Amino acid sequence: MAKQLMKGNEAIGEAAIQAGCRYFFGYPITPQNEVPEYMSRRLPEVGGVFLQAESEVAAINMVYGAAGAGDRVMTSSSSPGISLKQEGISYIAGSELPCLIINIIRGGPGLGGIQPAQSDYFQATKGGGHGDYHLFVFAPASVQEMVDLIMESFDIADYYRNPVMILGDGTLGQMMEPVEFKAPKKRDLPPKDWATTGCAGRERNVINSLSLVAENLEKHNHKLQEKYRHMKENEQRWELYKTDDAELVLVAYGTTARIVKSVVNKLRDQGIKAGLLRPITIFPFPEKAFALLPDTVKAFLAVEMSAGQMVEDVRLAVDGKCPVHFCGRTGGIIPAPAEIIKVATEIMGGERK
Amino acid sequence: MAEMIFAGFGGQGVMSMGMMVAYAGMIEEKNVSWIPSYGPEMRGGTANCAVVVTAEEIGSPIITEPDVVVAMNLPSMNKFEPMLKPGGLLIYNSSLIEREGGRDDITVIGVPANQLATELGNSRVANMIVMGALLAKTKVVGTESIKKALRQVLPSHRHDLLGINEEAIQRGAEYAK
Repeated sequence: MAKQLMKGNEAIGEAAIQAGCRYFFGYPITPQNEVPEYMSRRLPEVGGVFLQAESEVAAINMVYGAAGAGDRVMTSSSSPGISLKQEGISYIAGSELPCLIINIIRGGPGLGGIQPAQSDYFQATKGGGHGDYHLFVFAPASVQEMVDLIMESFDIADYYRNPVMILGDGTLGQMMEPVEFKAPKKRDLPPKDWATTGCAGRERNVINSLSLVAENLEKHNHKLQEKYRHMKENEQRWELYKTDDAELVLVAYGTTARIVKSVVNKLRDQGIKAGLLRPITIFPFPEKAFALLPDTVKAFLAVEMSAGQMVEDVRLAVDGKCPVHFCGRTGGIIPAPAEIIKVATEIMGGERK
Repeated sequence: MAEMIFAGFGGQGVMSMGMMVAYAGMIEEKNVSWIPSYGPEMRGGTANCAVVVTAEEIGSPIITEPDVVVAMNLPSMNKFEPMLKPGGLLIYNSSLIEREGGRDDITVIGVPANQLATELGNSRVANMIVMGALLAKTKVVGTESIKKALRQVLPSHRHDLLGINEEAIQRGAEYAK
């Protein structure tokens, strides 16, 4: 299929449908409204179901139900709506059900604004709801990458029996870029023999996250932790850009990483050996990438549209070997190249310790 | 590399202009991005979109120093003229904007878009008049690609208007030469 010019939010919908998603439950919120709009038009054409729920809480519990029945299902929202969904997400993670959750982040906290932000990093990667669990989280930087990762996400969700989240921001949702829909490499997926598909001729399947015997619940937690370890071992993804001889490594994901890539080139024009480490998975965080960096690296600079969230994972990965600096904007403001360059220049000039 | 901002009142077709340039760039196998301004805009304010067309990888789709600004009304010109790169190009709709450009380090061209469109018999193609001027002045994308892009952006039930739109592009180009 030829390339098409598509808005990020619409490309999300098309990618999900091409990956076999047939159920969408959601509730409107800016800046992701084109996702439900697209799904409401396209899902009936492919025999699927689009339902606008009465609330985010209802929507995520519908996702819980459809996932329990073994079907490919998704929801999408933006920050305040994702907060409302946390209870359901915890239940889905506890019950080990596959689904896709899109968060097109807007500035917070509270109702916040509608401009792009990355301030839901903690919520997305550290659990979000109650209990010891993790989502599998991708942070795409372009519409094409978002499409590719979504098409893979349903397989990953099925493979691990775990919810997958795509963390985008208003920029990625609203912008148009050329996209091509290519079928991803298929994973070997186990049959969904746990799904509630009607129990005629077999034992009943039960989908549940309640477990009142402490020993059993601990055993279940061990199983979940084992799964997250497996993800950390096998699924870390990142991009390294001009890091071979780098003295300063900037770390950024999503939209911010695109700005930082231009910054790396501008810094190199000024004679500063800069490089970019771009996490593509943010859970599991690509700590393996840090081991691949050369000995020339003297400092790190994390750049985010937040008050400093991913920078904590960078510090854990760097483990005290080098100073880790931070540069960020909040409230829906996108960091300008000039301000990042200023911070980078100060670090390399020894003005920032 | 061309970074462009298209701005005007809602309804003047600035989003479509930007989209057509992005489509045309894609047809020419360049990297392109299009992003609308979105946010709590006031009624009667400006609508705008930012378009990047380049052979290289696109960094930020958000533009802070455009090479080209197309201003269809006065608030847009006031807002974006100061952001232009030195040596940049400002095309403004002189049917609605009475002042001339205020900078001497940029190229400025006023096009009486509404007037020329009305002369052609359809005031709604004013944006394509300006498009013609843009194509004549920048070569960011080719006229043939824009004509193909027009077929993508104009919904098929409006394809009876292809002719007048193409005429408008030609008229705008002639005026700007």
